[in-house]
Amino acid sequence: MNASERQQRLEERVLAPLTGFSQTWFIWTGCLIALSVLGFIAYAYQVRDGLAVTGMGDDVIWGVYISNFVFFSGLSMAGTFISAILRLTGAEWRRPLTRFSELTTVAALSMCALMPAIDMGRPDRLWHLLVYGRLESPLLWDILVIPTYLAASLIYLFLFLIPDSALLRDRTGVRVSGARHRLYSIFGVRWRGLPEQRRRLELGGTIMMLMIIPLGVATHSVVSWIFGLTFRAGWNSTIFAPYFAVGALYSGTAMLITVMFIFRRVYHLEEYLTEKHFQYLAILLAAFGIIYLYFTFAEYLTVTYKLEGGEDLLLGELFFGRYAPLVWFGFFGGQLLPVVIAAIPKTRTIPLLVTVSVLANIGMWIKRFVIVVPSLSLPLMPYAWGVYTPTAAEIFITIASFAGFALLITIFAKLFPIISIWEMTEGWEEEHSAAEVPPAMPPAQLAPQG
Amino acid sequence: METERTSPQPAGKSPRQPLSRRRLLGGIGAAAALGATGVIPLANHVSAEPEVKASASTGPKRQWAMVIDLRKCEGCTTIDKAPQCVEACNAEHFVPPGQEWLQVFEVEGPGGHPHFLPRLCMQCENAPCTKVCPVGATYHNEEGIVLINHDRCIGCRMCMAACPYGVRRFNWGEPENPPGAALANYSPEYPLPHRKGTVEKCMLCAHRAKDGKIPACASGCPMFAISLADMTEDVATNGKDVFKFSRFLADNSAYRLKEDLGTKPRVWYIPGHGQEYGHHVDDNLIPKEPRSWQEQGMTLDKLEEKHKAEEHPQTEGAK
Ligand code: SF4
Repeated sequence: MNASERQQRLEERVLAPLTGFSQTWFIWTGCLIALSVLGFIAYAYQVRDGLAVTGMGDDVIWGVYISNFVFFSGLSMAGTFISAILRLTGAEWRRPLTRFSELTTVAALSMCALMPAIDMGRPDRLWHLLVYGRLESPLLWDILVIPTYLAASLIYLFLFLIPDSALLRDRTGVRVSGARHRLYSIFGVRWRGLPEQRRRLELGGTIMMLMIIPLGVATHSVVSWIFGLTFRAGWNSTIFAPYFAVGALYSGTAMLITVMFIFRRVYHLEEYLTEKHFQYLAILLAAFGIIYLYFTFAEYLTVTYKLEGGEDLLLGELFFGRYAPLVWFGFFGGQLLPVVIAAIPKTRTIPLLVTVSVLANIGMWIKRFVIVVPSLSLPLMPYAWGVYTPTAAEIFITIASFAGFALLITIFAKLFPIISIWEMTEGWEEEHSAAEVPPAMPPAQLAPQG
Repeated sequence: METERTSPQPAGKSPRQPLSRRRLLGGIGAAAALGATGVIPLANHVSAEPEVKASASTGPKRQWAMVIDLRKCEGCTTIDKAPQCVEACNAEHFVPPGQEWLQVFEVEGPGGHPHFLPRLCMQCENAPCTKVCPVGATYHNEEGIVLINHDRCIGCRMCMAACPYGVRRFNWGEPENPPGAALANYSPEYPLPHRKGTVEKCMLCAHRAKDGKIPACASGCPMFAISLADMTEDVATNGKDVFKFSRFLADNSAYRLKEDLGTKPRVWYIPGHGQEYGHHVDDNLIPKEPRSWQEQGMTLDKLEEKHKAEEHPQTEGAK
């Protein structure tokens, strides 16, 4: 297969899903929209009747909304972050992964940013944050950092989308509607692939990558400090920021594997999203998972050993009490099993990997929940344990947030190629020139020998 | 108060007897000098001391604190009533039922014997709640009271997560207000009407302190267990006795809740189990459920009457 054939085949494959709507697509998207609408209705009820429609109370003041918030912030971590790191280190295998990774980040972060607003008692006063915002409050750090990370991720996503939009503008002009053509013209910003334009794209990209990495770390740190800066048993910990950041990388990588699997299956991209890519992501998943287990161990060892304050009551409830099934499932199913499966080359097959990735994220959601809720239900004074059961409103809104996450990805994937075509081409070009003039040094590879 | 300190002491008073009436009035009664000490029996002397009046507007700010003498607290079981402090608080603030600002807990003391513990806002100097508020809706006023501005609170509940005493309450739904409350002159010092989606808590009856009255709970406590103190003047009163605050704390091994957290609460407790009223640690005292303001039939008019009565104790007595 010569270069131009290869290029043409790639374009055909990747652009095929953009045109034409299958019946399944309509059903899928319709379901997602329906679920989102249900969530909106539930939220409307909540606005009318107040947070009284939730299961929260004066003891357990935060519930699934805040769990979702932490969970989505975690999901968002890996995409852009991994894409930036792989680009910076010049890992070649990143090329087909970058686009949907960044997309996952943007989708997850959008949902993450909604959650605190949904959780607010007075959403009508959101503007108070702008007018009266106090920098001393950890919550304000979140309010500042998360939108910044979202904006940076959006810029990052659309920056590297320019050449592909231009391609769509130029190639599919005949086939797509006028509105779409205009959309591609806007996002293609007069890109013609000139050397100067390439240089600028590269510069802009590098700046964004350098910004995104600290921003990603900052996001997960500030999320953790909402908890870590209080006196509550189970939260009062210095380890929380790195603990959350690693947990986020772990959960985000698992989500990437899941999203990659779905796109590969649905869009028939087996040729580009290969076994190798699953292997590499699995190694990352195992690595993050092992660090996360290490942090979990360190965290629980220090509190279990000292049993300060209310920790003994809390740990009792976590490990042997009401939350024990969740905690143990989260630990074995959500952490240990995925790490083992992903770490052993024999078990690292695509179906198993995808299964444990889904498990890992179920486990991580549970983990978020058992970080938020039990610490709050632990009585601070001699009164009874707080109880919390999410209500229908909370469940509908939660489901809607997941539907919204999937919907954002679905719509984007209908409008833009899910694999970065120009990056693939660039890779082949480099390969080609490298074959002619052997480089002094082999290109940096992050991936181990698979 | 500056003027106070420089004013000549009556002859024969040793410095070890600091609780001269004048000092006392400077402390608790400075604002009270405006004629409203109410439950402080010495109030009727205030008007006779014009120089105290003058000092009210100058000098260092009062710093309110509280001391609760658990030797006197027996959950109002002696008089067979529900904790009167809680009921007084509910009535004074029309506290939404089920989210009492002041609660009386039964705590296991040393030796496993239970005692009662009225828990209100600790008015921490190093308050975790005020630090975390993203919009500055909760803050210290100049007199050391932690207040909430319900016009500003966005209902994020960060402060509730931060409070180590579980003091703060949230209006999850539309709270019930007494008729006419909509027209009430809202201020963080007397937060009425209650509002949906905002956080509430005990604010040491800042509105009463302004008028020189001790908090509703203290004045409602028939056992005189709760005292308001002014740390600036180092004087405290439960409405009956007046004493030197620091001395009282030291003499009676006062402690604060969760002192090791470093929050520097301004509420002290004197250990005890109601022994001042003859209770033994083995007594099985079962307190009654305090009534909400609705159950007490409280209205804004009745509250106003009550306040008036407190302001003119002598006329009340004459009746
Ligand atoms: S609930 Fe209100 S007072 Fe409390 S931290 Fe949030 S905005 Fe501040």
